[in-house]
Amino acid sequence: MSTTNKTEAENVVIRFTGDSGDGMQLTGTLFSNLSAILGNEISTFPDFPSEIRAPQGTLGGVSGFQVNLGASKIYTPGDDADVMIAMNPAALKVNANGIKKNGVLIIDTDSFQKSDLDKAGFTTDNPFEELKLSDTIQIIPAALTSLTVAALEGSGLDNKSILRSKNMFALGLVCWLFNRPIDQAIHFLQNKFSKKQTILEANIKVLTDGFNYGHNLHLAVSTYLVDKSHEVPKGRYTSINGNKATAWGLIAAAQKAGLQLFLGSYPITPATDIMQELANRKDMGVKVVQAEDEIAGITTALGASFAGSLAATNTSGPGLALKSEAIGLAVMAELPIVIVDVMRGGPSTGLPTKTEQTDLLQALYGRNGESPAVVIAANTPDDCFHYAYMSAKIALEHMTPVILLTDSYIGNGSSLWKLPKLAELPAITPNFVKPGMEGIKVTSRDPETLARYWAIPGMEGFNQRNGGLEKDFTTGAISTDPLNHQKMVDTRQAKINYISNVIPQLELEGDKSADTLVISWGSTHGHLMTAVNNLVKAGEKVALAHFSYIHPLPKNTEEVIKRYKKVLVCELNSGQFATYLRSKVPGEYKQFNKVQGQPFNVAELEEAIQLIIKN
Amino acid sequence: MENTIKQYTAKDFKSDQYVRWCPGCGDYALLNTLQKVMAELGVDPKDVATVSGIGCSSRLPYYTSGYGFHTIHGRGAAVATGVKVANPRLTVWQITGDGDCLAIGGNHFIHSVRRNVDINVLLFNNQIYGLTKGQFSPTTKKGFITKSSPFGTVERPFRPAELTIGARGTFFGRVLDVDLKSSHATMMAAAAHKGTSVIECLVNCVIFNDGAHSWLSEKETRYDRIIILEHGKPMIFGKNSDKGLVADGFNLKVVTLGENGITEADLLVHDAKCEDFTLQMKLALMEGPEFPVAIGVIRSVEADTYDAETESQIAEVQSKSKIKTFDELIDSCEQWEM
Repeated sequence: MSTTNKTEAENVVIRFTGDSGDGMQLTGTLFSNLSAILGNEISTFPDFPSEIRAPQGTLGGVSGFQVNLGASKIYTPGDDADVMIAMNPAALKVNANGIKKNGVLIIDTDSFQKSDLDKAGFTTDNPFEELKLSDTIQIIPAALTSLTVAALEGSGLDNKSILRSKNMFALGLVCWLFNRPIDQAIHFLQNKFSKKQTILEANIKVLTDGFNYGHNLHLAVSTYLVDKSHEVPKGRYTSINGNKATAWGLIAAAQKAGLQLFLGSYPITPATDIMQELANRKDMGVKVVQAEDEIAGITTALGASFAGSLAATNTSGPGLALKSEAIGLAVMAELPIVIVDVMRGGPSTGLPTKTEQTDLLQALYGRNGESPAVVIAANTPDDCFHYAYMSAKIALEHMTPVILLTDSYIGNGSSLWKLPKLAELPAITPNFVKPGMEGIKVTSRDPETLARYWAIPGMEGFNQRNGGLEKDFTTGAISTDPLNHQKMVDTRQAKINYISNVIPQLELEGDKSADTLVISWGSTHGHLMTAVNNLVKAGEKVALAHFSYIHPLPKNTEEVIKRYKKVLVCELNSGQFATYLRSKVPGEYKQFNKVQGQPFNVAELEEAIQLIIKN
Repeated sequence: MENTIKQYTAKDFKSDQYVRWCPGCGDYALLNTLQKVMAELGVDPKDVATVSGIGCSSRLPYYTSGYGFHTIHGRGAAVATGVKVANPRLTVWQITGDGDCLAIGGNHFIHSVRRNVDINVLLFNNQIYGLTKGQFSPTTKKGFITKSSPFGTVERPFRPAELTIGARGTFFGRVLDVDLKSSHATMMAAAAHKGTSVIECLVNCVIFNDGAHSWLSEKETRYDRIIILEHGKPMIFGKNSDKGLVADGFNLKVVTLGENGITEADLLVHDAKCEDFTLQMKLALMEGPEFPVAIGVIRSVEADTYDAETESQIAEVQSKSKIKTFDELIDSCEQWEM
């Protein structure tokens, strides 16, 4: 019997780190999902290298997966870890700053030998002292590798497969530490390895041994109890990452609109999962063209839009740059299309697996001519579903390209998702031509919304020619008339402006009566909200305005901002949203920016906000 | 009994727009021929989509009825692919030029050909950039003087046949703007072919490259300088139908019927349906003055089309899957009550 203490916690942050071959992503995902099933709130942050395969045991090859488990509402994967698993010295070194005081560190002692320490650039034989961790953390040393080898002795597995199972030993140990029964993990493994019986059995054996190891060893650490979340509305839930949620949002929108879904795409990190998810949904009639390049990704989609599909393309920053001319064509031809940009570190190839909000101005302005498009940003992994759905709805109803900005952090990260039913989602009514309108011109539009009426090949009585040349407002014929061009430019902008009537107004969080307003947009919401809530709890006066609709802005934007004496815009770039706001609602905006390929952490935000409040 | 198939005329395929090409441009003849072909195919104009990129020829969609999409430079092949894959019931024509198709759009061109999407590509080759007023194109002959090559080009041109067949093209034809009968027959064959049908249209730009094809076009000598290939027919040409092509080892040779005992039976018979493209490539690359230039359907072989394969894969997966709706998709995922 274990005699260890149990600590009850509102939330606990666990970080799994190791070599990119150590299976840390799988381990982290399994642990997060089984915790969610047991009733916890979860927020995950996979952080992996962009090296093809860095040499084993080196700093460049370290892969990490952080999860925050909550018994109450949590909004971020957490700053520093309460519990860290480091499979080798390189992982420890890279993550040393990310472990809390008095945190628990589990290491694989077999991987902390002299040669391993050398590879990670340690100069002494005591990495903990070298990293100044010795006095502040509790270390659980476990010979994960040799224990795994022992567990699988006589299993008939080859050496490589045996070594690859050591992540399951770590998972078992963590399950014990968090008082998680391993039945659910076994269930996941059964699904994953249903066709590989030997591997399945080996994984279950090692997982069980890992759990028992913790249980039997009377380790002098306290285990954690994170209760079921009591703040989650009742219902059916799953754990979903942002890329999958985006794909499913498009699927739902297509069915709601009664249209075929077409994705034109080209593989690019970190957006490829969206294409792969949709390519797997042929059962729902989704057509995916993996095109020859980014340009063909969007232009095949535009062809499909011309032909009457709900068309989408997905990409990341460099791909968005390549698609810009075609987005301009969508603006000019007034065709609906959703462009998903899963932002990553830039410019150029930049930091392909890391997160940033640096494509905002590109999305807003990165095209030739006066070329307004709708820009929307998702906030969390699960609300990528909602914003993908709304992007499609706006594109189809207002006949415009919509750029949906997500990023590597929410694209790959997971959160709990309350499963929707199609009937609960808002109606989508594409702006098709209607019977009786036969003979109308290609530029004919709804007098109120200014959305062009959509006629598609095959419709009788609407034969028309569309294209990238300027068209006459009335006849739809190509035109270079000066006043007509002005009118068309104004009309295309007015059409986008009208959309501010159908999107939700800005809602304030925190202490609305404060003098200081913090502004954020997109995936930083969780961090900002946590920071603002913490400050308000601590007696500070500060409000938060978070934007998901960027262009057009919510109708009450100016009115809200003008209420505050001090405004601080926090974003993961050098100040792009602040620049945009200055042009829309002139005034003084202070900035807090970070461009490190990493999400904010709550502590740095609290500090930055306090500085503004006090000065 | 009343004929239920509607008969169309070329007029049904003309739009209300004034055609704005230079007087004497070779594009007019091809537009007229295309409209006749569209009428004869019997497809309702509403089911015809004409897609183009940028360039003089790419204005063509404005001049046809039905649904037209004048897109951006070089991307016509990708847009046309999207149109056809999204709705395979449509008849899709892609209109492009030597710059649009082979320079800026080269990548999309080879990949639409490789995928064998069922679209008909009219590649207007005047060996010059006309809309930007006279720069050399990827098909301009080496050494040719243009505004951007004042001392002559130093680069080797593409030969569209090589590129098409090299990209595993299933259909390659060639027409000459002034030769209406063979243009008509070749376009009809392209439309009937399932897959990407590429027709290289030799067109004259009267302003910037006048006479590029005049060696072929001149009425007096035209049929001595071109050979109109027809599948299954012996390779005879000449104003008096007295010349032919024979195999000479691995090469071709022009012979005169009646000379040295040569009869029609000695001539090669055109096989456009032969999978092996060796002879078709030789024919496609023939140049004067030694050889006649091949006109007509040079290669037409069958292969699966991308659009039909996409449809059948979807049908197959759907027949096996229990998930048909979004709600069923939601029901299928790992989930729990909270």
